[in-house]
Amino acid sequence: MSTSEPNGLLVLEDVSRTYRVPGGDPTVQVHALRNVSLRIDAGEFVAIMGASGSGKSTLMNVLGCLDRPSGGRYWIDGTDVSSLNKAALAAVRNQTLGFVFQSFHLLARTSAVENVELPLIYGGVPARERRARATEALRRVGLGDRLDHHPNQMSGGQQQRVAIARAIVSNPRVILADEPTGNLDTTTSLGVMALLQELGRTGITVVLVTHEPDIAEYAGRVLIMRDGMVRSDLRQTQKLAEAPAPE
Amino acid sequence: MTLFLTLRIAARALLLNKTRSFLTMLGIIIGVGSVIAMAAIGAGAREQVRASFATMGANLLIITGGSSSRSGGRGGWGSQATVTWDDFKTIQTDVPSVRLAAPLLRSNGTLVADEQNWTTSVQGTTPDYFDLRSWALSSGTRFDAAEAAGGAKVVVLGQTVVGKLWGEGADPVGRSVRISNIPFEVIGVLAKLGQSPYGTDYDDCAMMPVTTFMAKIQGGSNALNGWVIVGASSSDGTGVAQRQLTSLLRDRHHLDADPTDPRPDDFQIRNLTEMASAEAEGTSTITNLLAAIAGVSMMVGGIGIMNIMLVSVSERTREIGLRLAVGATPANILWQFLVEALLLASVGGFVGIGLGVGAASRLAHAYGWPLLIDPDVVVGVVCFSAVVGVIFGLYPARHASQLDPIEALRSE
Repeated sequence: MSTSEPNGLLVLEDVSRTYRVPGGDPTVQVHALRNVSLRIDAGEFVAIMGASGSGKSTLMNVLGCLDRPSGGRYWIDGTDVSSLNKAALAAVRNQTLGFVFQSFHLLARTSAVENVELPLIYGGVPARERRARATEALRRVGLGDRLDHHPNQMSGGQQQRVAIARAIVSNPRVILADEPTGNLDTTTSLGVMALLQELGRTGITVVLVTHEPDIAEYAGRVLIMRDGMVRSDLRQTQKLAEAPAPE
Repeated sequence: MTLFLTLRIAARALLLNKTRSFLTMLGIIIGVGSVIAMAAIGAGAREQVRASFATMGANLLIITGGSSSRSGGRGGWGSQATVTWDDFKTIQTDVPSVRLAAPLLRSNGTLVADEQNWTTSVQGTTPDYFDLRSWALSSGTRFDAAEAAGGAKVVVLGQTVVGKLWGEGADPVGRSVRISNIPFEVIGVLAKLGQSPYGTDYDDCAMMPVTTFMAKIQGGSNALNGWVIVGASSSDGTGVAQRQLTSLLRDRHHLDADPTDPRPDDFQIRNLTEMASAEAEGTSTITNLLAAIAGVSMMVGGIGIMNIMLVSVSERTREIGLRLAVGATPANILWQFLVEALLLASVGGFVGIGLGVGAASRLAHAYGWPLLIDPDVVVGVVCFSAVVGVIFGLYPARHASQLDPIEALRSE
């Protein structure tokens, strides 16, 4: 086991995460992650699969600095983040990571461009630059003409594109997508995957959690989780998603 | 993250729920409004009390003679003329804290003019009385010292009497009026003074020289059967003057002749300055009490804010989760909700001030009071409502900032 600064963008070393069942027997612990060691390099497109309860969501939360490991260490780009406090983790999430969620998580009654600006607000970016960067991010996801639309005026696919624009607006190293196509139909899902692949080609590392094997086909590497452990870690030829059909 | 940005985010969140935000503010609005209105009403009422006591004259003391007790029936103060003319002269000359002193003898009498008659308070005094009460004339002259000493049949009339006998605004100077069937010449009309704090019409009077009063109205008695009005040399002097007068009169009346058995005062001295301040204090007590009750309603308003903020935090758990995920620190979230509460409280405070000032000016207008808004009260109330916002906003804001991002994102 090496303690020197490891290579790789995201490096987990012997990471475990245990919970006590709330209100249950305090001696009984749930082992959501058991001694996971993992290295993800810059530019990789990784899919994490597994049944529910396999620990894939916990792994995603740890990778996203939303949760802290109970044991082991976690480096992002050479920085040990396993012992950072809440405010420092917030800064990592803001600067280095971008999130895409299954249920989009856009602010209601707030325009697309304002939704995309949100990470920049917490990043302390001045207003003029914020607007310019948010507009540019929305152009990149093909929504340059929907800047002032509110989430309820957009289709699910468009909402997820706004969410992706929000994830990339602060130029993160990594996009973490938790079931990004879970609420979308097949055609729309394909469009979202094509967009993620396109971002991947620009050098952004993409980690996505999915339970759909056909979605995992678009990844270059597939991790299968079971009982809190990585059971298989296979590299594959990335299937190319077709160019998104106009919605 | 700048305060300005936090403020904008908070304002936006509140504007998204306008009706709710307004209803939440209502408690604070009403609380602040009542505090402002109560303070203004209190100040106005106090000022009115002060002004009406001021019409009685500045730094005045009233000395009345002792009570008579004949055959077991005890008359009131002044029913026996224990204060004599000699006492009066000594008061004028020998008491250092006394600026001026004038006798005031009173009786009811009917005045008959050309076609009308009017029964009023007929009073005998010396010219000093008008100076003691700073009572100017609206026309004519007042009687001089010589006329006062010589029993001249002249009279100075109050505005009410003039109005009743000749009509409002008439100038009867030089005319004749009969009092107890004796013709008097009207030589002056007094300026309008208004009502006493106890509702007596000061302008309903006819003033004549005290010698004339004793000879013609009091029926030839030379007793000082009435009041001695004393003006102290300054406002702090009324207490001193009261003590000096008491000791002088006790000495002259030999009340302490037997030191083992001092007799009670056979006179009474009323200190009008003290009466005025007691009156004003009573008014203050009531308005302070009302303002305190209004302050309690501000606290209740604060609890309303806390309640709604807690609802808002639990409604917006997902939003909080998302903000945390994209890089908000717990401190950012804390400030966001704290500023929302603060904004509710202070906007409510400002609306309340508008409402309070409006209510106060309407009431002041209705009761003819001066509108007195103390800027200290306004600033104090704004600060207080902001403090209420912080205190009651802190708990929900802390609750929001302590949320676990994973749980928050998952909540429905």
